Amino acid sequence: MSSEQVIFYILSFWFIASSLAMIFARNAAKAVLFLVLGFFSAASIWILLEAEFLAITLILVYVGAVMVLFLFVIKMLNIDKSTLRAKFAGYLPLGLIVTLIIIAEMTLVLGGAQFGLEVMPSPAKHGADYSNITVLAMQLYTTYVYPFELAAVLLLIAIIAAITLVHKKEINRKKQSISEQVNVSAKDRIRVVSIASPSKENK
Amino acid sequence: MVSLSDYLILSSIIFCIGLVGIFINRTNIITLLMCVELILVAVNTNFIAFSHFLGNEAGQIFVFFILTVAAAEVAIGLAILTLLFRVRGSINVDVTNSLKG
Repeated sequence: MSSEQVIFYILSFWFIASSLAMIFARNAAKAVLFLVLGFFSAASIWILLEAEFLAITLILVYVGAVMVLFLFVIKMLNIDKSTLRAKFAGYLPLGLIVTLIIIAEMTLVLGGAQFGLEVMPSPAKHGADYSNITVLAMQLYTTYVYPFELAAVLLLIAIIAAITLVHKKEINRKKQSISEQVNVSAKDRIRVVSIASPSKENK
Repeated sequence: MVSLSDYLILSSIIFCIGLVGIFINRTNIITLLMCVELILVAVNTNFIAFSHFLGNEAGQIFVFFILTVAAAEVAIGLAILTLLFRVRGSINVDVTNSLKG
């Protein structure tokens, strides 16, 4: 058993264990933390597959942004823990049966006879001068430049949609109204008050 | 050496865990969203494994776009969740059944 296999099986164990802990967790915040552990294991497996850029992206974007967003929402929403897991047992047997059947089928289809090392030999490892980011960037900015720009537009739309959805009505907002400012006249703003001179009153 | 089938079986197991998570979590919508994330990561692992073993970078580009779409999906999903909580006062799956016939 080579060292690569040992690393792969350790990472796979942590990935599967944290995923199972995530779906069985009673507390939503704990589930998020287990999912973070799973994402770290997944990123390590991606590094084994020489996809370094995507592994770092998974950690930075997913763990750093998306999972923190999940935690924010969980903390904001004050979820009632007592109702959690109310109908847990009812669907567990059916889910387990379906899952075991799917895993058995997938193992048969994806087993060593079709995708083993004899059929799909492992490619030679790249040297130290190989840069995964350069290769991806060359593809991304030439062949896939239009999908890349569409992805940027998609993110913009997502920002607008998310803000529009949770936007509350304006409460005491300091918004500028240009037409009111232009149409203002002097008598609206300035009030001339005639005050008796204090020096005359003293006499 | 780790073969391609090892990676594929691992990702199918993760996929099924995400699926059974959606099956059994009938109470909390946040956990459902996290199970969807788990399924997406399993699919991405598939893409990267094939990209490595076939020597073609297009699979990694595809994973890049999937990550983008998943981030947008989470942002909008959590926004809808916040809105749902504001309107209903709860994000349990059992409460949100007004479309039930």
